[in-house]
Amino acid sequence: MERRDRPYLILLVLPAVVLFAAFFLLPMVRLMAVGAGGPQGASAYAAIVTEPRYLRSLLSTLVLSATVTFTTLVVSSVAGVFLQRHAFPGRRLLVAMLTFPLAFPGVVVGFMVIMLAGRQGLIGDVTHLATGQKLVFAYSMAGLFTGYLYFSIPRVILTLMAAAEKLDRRLEEAARSLGASPWRVVWDVIVPGLRPALISAGAICFATAMGAFGTAFTLATEIEVLPMTIYTEFTLRANFAIAAALSIVLGAVTWVALALARTAAGSTVAAAA
Amino acid sequence: MRRSAWFYPQLAFTVLVAAFLVVPVAMSMTAGLTVNFFQGVRSGLTLRWIGEVWALYRETIGLSMAVALACLAVDLVIGVPAAYVLARRRGWLTRLLEEALVLPVAIPGLATALALILAYGTWGEFRTSWGFILVGHVLFTLPFMVRAVLAVLSSIDLKTLEEGAASLGASFLQRLFGIVLPNASSGIVAGALMVVTLSIGEFNMTWMLHTPLTKTLPVGLADSYASMRLEIGSAYTLIFFVMIIPLLIGIQLAARPRRRAPVREESR
Repeated sequence: MERRDRPYLILLVLPAVVLFAAFFLLPMVRLMAVGAGGPQGASAYAAIVTEPRYLRSLLSTLVLSATVTFTTLVVSSVAGVFLQRHAFPGRRLLVAMLTFPLAFPGVVVGFMVIMLAGRQGLIGDVTHLATGQKLVFAYSMAGLFTGYLYFSIPRVILTLMAAAEKLDRRLEEAARSLGASPWRVVWDVIVPGLRPALISAGAICFATAMGAFGTAFTLATEIEVLPMTIYTEFTLRANFAIAAALSIVLGAVTWVALALARTAAGSTVAAAA
Repeated sequence: MRRSAWFYPQLAFTVLVAAFLVVPVAMSMTAGLTVNFFQGVRSGLTLRWIGEVWALYRETIGLSMAVALACLAVDLVIGVPAAYVLARRRGWLTRLLEEALVLPVAIPGLATALALILAYGTWGEFRTSWGFILVGHVLFTLPFMVRAVLAVLSSIDLKTLEEGAASLGASFLQRLFGIVLPNASSGIVAGALMVVTLSIGEFNMTWMLHTPLTKTLPVGLADSYASMRLEIGSAYTLIFFVMIIPLLIGIQLAARPRRRAPVREESR
């Protein structure tokens, strides 16, 4: 059977191979070539660290992504472990609420932040009632942070709930009976137990945040995060070489982060925001 | 069971996180139906904004649906057979292919879109047609179809089933349509829901790939957020939610752990 089926199998996989080669591999090779074909040549790839403007953009994107990842992991661990361990009415509804924004596009997430923290937003109204001052931060780095947190939590929480299910609660009881404080139990028993899930979910979260374009596009076109910088270089300045080189660098960063996620724990694909 | 002292603070925290995700959705849905959002619901409810969105952005809704269905069709024709081959042959070559197919998801859509434009942007007819957007969407959604089908096919003993059929004289095509596809059906459904949902919502690539005549729904959304009053953006978002929430519910139902299908009995 194996031998006789071979021609059929090749025929079945061929369309996917051709599509991928024609519309992904070839364009990517072209992108790399364009990146090296500008007035600076291959040193365009170094521009991300040598040119202060790009370096600043890279650093602020890295810091933002790392902060978002850390916050998301803390928030999702607390909520995820709690939801995994307690049965109460409304629990399934809560889980559904925490996961359903998973497929929201980045632009919609940006609009959700405007609803919360924009000029007519909820936070503005509440702070206006409480202090007489309207707090509006949707269009700043804080707004970007809020939006990234919004799309990251649904991506991470299911992974952490699944990991929390596998934790051995006898270890926690043992630690407690030996006199460990609740914080020590969390830090020395629960966190190590969740570590593979934290690394894997964290890497997905980080990669998504690095590449997120829609949210930044809706909220703050003047805040320089790397995808916005690439977009500006390409469309407004027609600086194709730099845009291509920056894209390749950004793609490499997110790919490495996701490869790390998959070696850390099973296979996972994350939708971009 | 007695609740520990930690129960209620943790519950409150979890509810707060859920509220952070859900409250803006509810607000935006209300705003799309409110006469004047600044004055609140007291100003009355209206379908006026929905009507304006329909007048302004009707084409984007139609195009998004067309692209999503075309994308699904391509993913079915290309992705399901590819997943079957990946399930049959677990060699280094198929593993490499599996890794490669995920690349368009692993790297930002913006980068893929730039690459497509630089490679094919000068092909005028293609560049200005919605086929250009379709190509991007297929690249981005194909891995989801392949993985959903592959996961199901890897969980059954495909080899034994096929060998049994082959020993009874079944041809390759008979096995493909009689054994493989029926067994993969749950994966195909899960993959299809995911593909349509992702295609309808795709923005990062589409923003670069679209032309003034090929605007999809998310492109229109970005446009309305930037240039229209809040109520119109909200009404538009409401239409988007109405389109994808059934799909999201379908995905959650499809992802539920299935009990093994009972052996069907002929009850006559």
